[in-house]
Order: sequence, then structure tokens, then C-alpha cells
Amino acid sequence: MLSNERLKELMEKAYRIRRHVLEMTTSAGTGHPGGSLSCADILVALYFHTMQHDPKNPNWPDRDRFILSKGHACPALYATLAEAGYFPIEELEDLRKLGSRLQGHPDLNRRLPGIENSSGSLGHGLAIANGIALSGKLDKRDYRVYVLLGDGECQEGLIWEAAMFAAHYKIDNLTAIVDRNSLQIDGPTEKVMSLEPLADKWRAFGWNVMEIDGHDINFIVNAFEETKCVKGRPSIIIAYLIKGRGVSFMEWMREYHGKTLSPEDLNRALADLETWYKSELVKSEVGKC
Amino acid sequence: MKSTRDAYGECLVEYGKDERVIVIDADTSTSTRTNMFAKKYPNRFFNVGCAEQNLIATAAGFAYGGKIAIASAFAVFATARTWEQIRSFVAHDNLNVKIVVTHSALTNAPDGESHQSLEDIAMLRVIPNMTVIVPADAEETKQAIGAAIKHKGPCYVRLNRAGSPVIFDSSYEFKLGKGAVVKDGDEVTIIAAGNMVSKALEAAEILANEISVRVINLSTIKPIDEEIVIKAARETGAIVTAEEHSIIGGLGSAVAEITSTNIPTPIEFIGVKDKFGQTGVTTEELYEIYGLTASAIVEATRRVLLRKKR
Repeated sequence: MLSNERLKELMEKAYRIRRHVLEMTTSAGTGHPGGSLSCADILVALYFHTMQHDPKNPNWPDRDRFILSKGHACPALYATLAEAGYFPIEELEDLRKLGSRLQGHPDLNRRLPGIENSSGSLGHGLAIANGIALSGKLDKRDYRVYVLLGDGECQEGLIWEAAMFAAHYKIDNLTAIVDRNSLQIDGPTEKVMSLEPLADKWRAFGWNVMEIDGHDINFIVNAFEETKCVKGRPSIIIAYLIKGRGVSFMEWMREYHGKTLSPEDLNRALADLETWYKSELVKSEVGKC
Repeated sequence: MKSTRDAYGECLVEYGKDERVIVIDADTSTSTRTNMFAKKYPNRFFNVGCAEQNLIATAAGFAYGGKIAIASAFAVFATARTWEQIRSFVAHDNLNVKIVVTHSALTNAPDGESHQSLEDIAMLRVIPNMTVIVPADAEETKQAIGAAIKHKGPCYVRLNRAGSPVIFDSSYEFKLGKGAVVKDGDEVTIIAAGNMVSKALEAAEILANEISVRVINLSTIKPIDEEIVIKAARETGAIVTAEEHSIIGGLGSAVAEITSTNIPTPIEFIGVKDKFGQTGVTTEELYEIYGLTASAIVEATRRVLLRKKR
């Protein structure tokens, strides 16, 4: 359990990251705010609590690795990396601009510090994470690999090829997280292509499966701590999340998967986000009583 | 005769002394001969089963993790089924992944069209950062694999199922990105790769008394040795390309891309003419059907010389 003070620090980070996501995607005029807002708390837990990493030394060989498989959520990752000190926060304004290091989807060739791999094509992150995790074992390094999957991308066959592989090779220095926000571009996942029973599917594939409220930072960090103790099999956290989390009129709205806010709506959204954030802070206090 | 896949299996055991090397296969290790490496270095061998996308994507992961990842399977499955993994990760991020395939093209005669890759060179050549190598025999295979492992970045090495005639001994020196004149001549040049190098040499032998034929082994198809191609065009004025691949997009196309912009030269293309493969008892009988023979090269040589003279 995090101290109340620590929890508040992390909640503030998540609030700041959500603000950046809204501002940078509106400034770019294109991008994916919905799935960036959903995963912000997960990224905060990883980069500001769970992972061993050094923003001043991004290639530190023993660093924990984070692989963003759902590459379209890169505004959230870029904002997290900037907040963590990998590059100046002002650079977030460059999202999707010509010549920018903040490409529309993460591009390793642009050498943005903190980016481990290119992504954007769905379904690849888990296999890549497997290879990195096994490399770590071969090199006798004890870093862990974290990979964030979208729920929609669990419809890709390669995810399940990689799921089989991870269990077969007992890759226990790997934690996958599914951003289970239940919406994909064409609608609810269960309408487009059913994923449920998703947790049972992963269990059947030989994984240690946890299911959490993925917006509760305490739950998230505890889940990560637990997966560190699981030996002999890979772990996956199915994080139940809300697409567009934090802005009332964006929550649960599939159109904000790939649609950005107009400058007028942005102001409304930022005010809405601030109100929500403050109420969350109050709730966290109440929870302590 | 010696199959290039046998040479691969043997040399991989040697190159495996480098602890950075890991090998990954897709349920074909007995056929690709990576089983020899697996036996010697079991902790650095991984089998994804029947899952080629995972083969390449996991190899990419190993490369991100600092390894030299060698991924093997049959040519058709390791390319057609995995093109996006190769394009968007292995090549795009310039990863140290070496895709070494066997059973390429018609060398896998009995299995038929589903197993015969006649398009792979075109598919791989179009991808930025990719190196494409088609060794001509066992000795060149051994050296090419070594060069691919040393090279920093992705490589595609295309090997055979059936045996290939021995052309080179250990005095031969393979250089990545360089073609080699294997027979000199000044009236026409045959540029070949893979099994077609020995066919080209046969053709040159048949023509020995009437035409002075240069034969070039252009085993690195990308990056292509522009210099040797331009020199051949300038000095001999006519070119025949010979490859065990579709004439669309392969070695012949690569040569034509160079000559057309530097020194326009008549070219005749020997290759599979926009067709799928089929089952044959032997590779040689398929070569007859698809026109990949020494006599077909001889005829093409005569045709191109007529065009040169016009």
C-alpha cells in the first residue's frame, strides 16, 4: 500500500500526463486520445514507482524495459517519458509535426530517449517482449520486461502465438498488461470480435492472470509487486480501464479512439479533467479513513 | 553436389561459439539443419513451433535484447507469412536479425507450389535496410553466413533443399555487397545467383568456341554491386540475368534498375515467367519446364547479342 502522500504524487503525475495528452493531440489535430487517457495510470505506476530505470542513462543495460504494443497510445508514453525527465516537456508540442522525434507512432530511428522499439502495427509487442526477456535471462541480468497490450489487439493471432511461447519457455521476468477498455475503432470489442472470457483464455494458455481496476494506482503497483514473485510462468494483468478516462464527455466514447478535440472542446475538457482530478483526490482521502 | 542447407547447419555450429548468437526456428529445425546448433547449444536455441510471425517477431525481440538472432524456416513461410514483421520491426529498426531460409524456390521440387518461393527476393529487396544474399554453393554459404553474422543489421540468406554443384573451394573469398567474376569474357555477360551460377558456367562452356562470355556471381542482390554491373555493361555491351525466382522484382530487375539509369544495355531475363511452381520429382525437371537451364541461357545469350548488334 502506498502512503497517502506518495499516492497523491502519483495521481498528480497521471493528471499532468492526461493534460499533456489532451493538449498535444489537439495541437497535432490528429492522434489517439481515448486509449492514451485509459492507460495513463498504468504508465505512471510503471515509470514513477515500479520500474528500475534512469532517464539520464536510457541505455543502462540493467534497466527494466517497457514495450508499448498498442503504439497508438504513444501520446501517453511520450508525456510519461517527458515527465520522467527523458526529454524536455516542451518537446511534447512537436507531436506529429514534420521532422519531430514524436512520430505519429513510436519510431526508434528518431532516437527519442526512452523509446525501446518502434510500434504502431498491432499484435507485435508481446513477441518482442518475449525475446528481450529471454535475452535478459541468457545474459543473467535481472531486469524485467513490461508490455502494454490493447484489448482490441488481442484479436491478432500473433498475440496468441507469443502467449504460447512465453508459457512454454517459462518467461517469468515478463509482465504483460491488457488495457481492457472494451472499445475498439468499430465499437465495443464484444460486438466487433468477442474477447471474453479473456482472463480464462490467458489462464488456459498457462499464464498467471490477475484482474484489477486499472485506474487505482494502489491496485496497479500491488499487482506489479505480486507478479515479480511469480516463478516459472509469465504474468498478465488484465486492467479494466475506461477509454477517455478523466474527461466526462470522452469516457466510454469510441469516437475518441482516433479523434482529437477542437481547441474549444479542449478548454472544456481541461476544466472537466481538473474537476475530476480534485474529486479523485478527495476520494483517496476518504478511502484512508 | 552439396546442399547449401547442409553447409549452413555445419557452419552454424562453428559460428555458435559467439555467445551473442541465438537461433530460432519454426518446427523445421531438422530440415533447415538448425538442429545441429540446437544439439550443441540447447540453451541458445528456441523453437516457436508452427508460428512464423512469432519466429520473426521474437527474433526481433532478441535483437532488441542485444543478441544476434538467426531465424530459420522454409523460404516461402519465413517471408510471405512474415513480411510485415520483417518490414516494420526487423528492417525498420535495423535489427541484428539474420533470416536464413532453406527449401527456396524449385529446389524444393516434391512439395509443390505451396512450398516454392518464387517471390521472396522481390519481397525482401524492396524493404529498406535489408541485405539479400543468395549463395551459389556450399562454400559460399559458409562464408556468407559468417559475413551476415558480422554485418550489423538485418540480412536475408536464401538456401536450398536439393544439392548444389560445388563451384568454389576455400580459396574463394565472399565479400558482402560484392559480385565476383567467375569466368571472364568480353562479348556478353551472364549475371547469375544461386543455382543459376553453375547453369551460367555450363552455358558459357557450351558457347566457348563462338562467344566470349563473362559470368558474374552476384550473390549479394542487395546492396547490389553497381560497379561490377556497370563495368560488365560497358565492357561487354549485353547482359543475360539468370535467377531461380520470378523475373519480376528479383536479380534481373535489380540489374536493369542499374543499367537503365547508368548505361542502357540490352538484357535478357532468365527466370520464372510470372508463374507458380509445381511438384516435380527432381529440381532439374522443374528447371526444364520453367526454362532455367544452360540451354535456355545459351539461347538468351544469342538473342541478346542480336539486339546488341542492331
